[in-house]
Amino acid sequence: MSAPASSELLGRLAVSPARRRRDRFARGTILGATILALIPLVLIVYYLLKKGLGSWSSDFFTTDPTGNTFFKNSSIGGIKSAILGTIEIVALASAIAIPIGIGVAIWLVEYGRDSRFAHTVRFFVDVLTGVPSIVFGLFVYIVLVVGTGSTYAGYKGSIALSLLMLPVVIRSSEVILMLVPAGLRESALALGSPRWRVIFKIVLPTALPGMVTGVLLAVARAAGETAPLLFTAASTHKTTSDLGAFMNSLPVQIYSDVTSPTESVVNRAWGAALTLVVLILLLNLIARLVSRRSRLV
Amino acid sequence: MTPNRRSSPVADVDPEGRAELGTSGSEDATASRRPIVADRQSQASGATAPKSGLSVKLEGLRAFYGKAEQVKGVDLDFNANEVTAIIGPSGCGKSTMIRCINRMHEEIPGARAEGRVMLADTDVYDSAVDVVAVRRAIGMVFQKPNPFPTMSIFDNVAAGLRLTAKRGELQQKVERALRGAGLWDEVSDRLSEPGAGLSGGQQQRLCIARSLAVDPEVILMDEPCSALDPIATLKIEELIEELKQRVTIVIVTHNMQQAARVADRTAFMLDGQLVEVGPTQDIFTKPSDSRTEEYVTGKFG
Repeated sequence: MSAPASSELLGRLAVSPARRRRDRFARGTILGATILALIPLVLIVYYLLKKGLGSWSSDFFTTDPTGNTFFKNSSIGGIKSAILGTIEIVALASAIAIPIGIGVAIWLVEYGRDSRFAHTVRFFVDVLTGVPSIVFGLFVYIVLVVGTGSTYAGYKGSIALSLLMLPVVIRSSEVILMLVPAGLRESALALGSPRWRVIFKIVLPTALPGMVTGVLLAVARAAGETAPLLFTAASTHKTTSDLGAFMNSLPVQIYSDVTSPTESVVNRAWGAALTLVVLILLLNLIARLVSRRSRLV
Repeated sequence: MTPNRRSSPVADVDPEGRAELGTSGSEDATASRRPIVADRQSQASGATAPKSGLSVKLEGLRAFYGKAEQVKGVDLDFNANEVTAIIGPSGCGKSTMIRCINRMHEEIPGARAEGRVMLADTDVYDSAVDVVAVRRAIGMVFQKPNPFPTMSIFDNVAAGLRLTAKRGELQQKVERALRGAGLWDEVSDRLSEPGAGLSGGQQQRLCIARSLAVDPEVILMDEPCSALDPIATLKIEELIEELKQRVTIVIVTHNMQQAARVADRTAFMLDGQLVEVGPTQDIFTKPSDSRTEEYVTGKFG
């Protein structure tokens, strides 16, 4: 316990100034990167609220756009047809892509595993993930619009969006399904449960919360897409529930409004953008509540 | 090694045991399984413990992972209503071997098995046999307690039952299985709580209850106590002692004291082959193979 001995020990154990500097520098860099990434996020939310809230009114949600963008004194209308159109198109796209996507993921994880066909499927799914969204639009345009000699329709937009969603649903579900411990499957199989039962009673409930997140990502991505809808569902002013007819949607409405020279119409685009973000947020919230309730632990 | 196996006294006794069992009315195990089960259940309420486990006989069992041979031709008998321990150093194929008995081995991609696994008089690898039925007859308890995380205690035990049991029977069968696993008194007031909330030892007994619930004839245990503390281990060992009244038990263990405490017979495996099998007492006190002696006295492994 003599003084020189203890100070000698302290000298050996103490953090060197160089080490301290490097630590501070590294921490600072990481914090800086985080703040840099936050800036655009905060700005987006700020501008959305600032510009978008101004155009929100009860008429904004309850009237269709009038198509009048030139005459100062007449109303330009709201975005009712775009909101309902987006909900319908995305709902149909989800109804197509989610069951198929989850089915493919289950097959890949539970049955295909390491087979050559499974690897081929994974490869094409990865390729599909990288395909630009406008290509899906083009594909549906060529096959279902030009190919059938007919015209644009809401359901054709849904198909384009479902193609876009499919790889995201498959890949995210697959990753989550693979996280389900192999021991759970084994002990269920060892109880003499048939495989389909193990999947429905053990694997899927365990994976559900994670799968919801992945599926939502796909839905949110699809809901914000403009390109696949431009020449599949096209745009229109009137509200319709007929998925076989031209159908308006929020992204397409935003796209056409933003290019307008009239300021009030551009402001409507901001309002529509805010609406789209709020819609997706709401969807997120609901799905999370549902999946949390279904979880026991 | 082959002479050793053949000269084991147990190998001579066993065919008689099997012959005895054969006359108890299991000409075709797949066809007669239900009657056997029903018969046992009616006896279960009786005062005397019914002999109701089935014997298991491995004949030239070989197991592969891809091209690698992990079990290299094992002939081994597990007598009905006995506890047989399998000991041997890590990687000698103990777990792989017992996973072949209820055909869990084939669940691993690239894995396959050759040879025969006779449950009483039926080869579980026979093409006519339903793998799901095999696993209902031969339950399994794993190394790590793994109750289903999304399910309550009750649902965990009922998981295997829901396939066949009538709704009214479920309650009663779950209670019986939990009592059988010595867990009822500890959990009867919180059956709807998650199974994952129990302690490790309780979780493992829950897993045993889960296996018991479907009325298997054989239970395979793959190092069931290796994740448990000594007190929980003791409870499981006492449980094994009781369970052998109802089922045939095969237990893989790294703990030689455990083998000595619970097993009627012990088999020693080395490098995918059976070295020796015999009454536990003999294996530990007068093994006939020098490698067995070296292993049980701690000279290697």
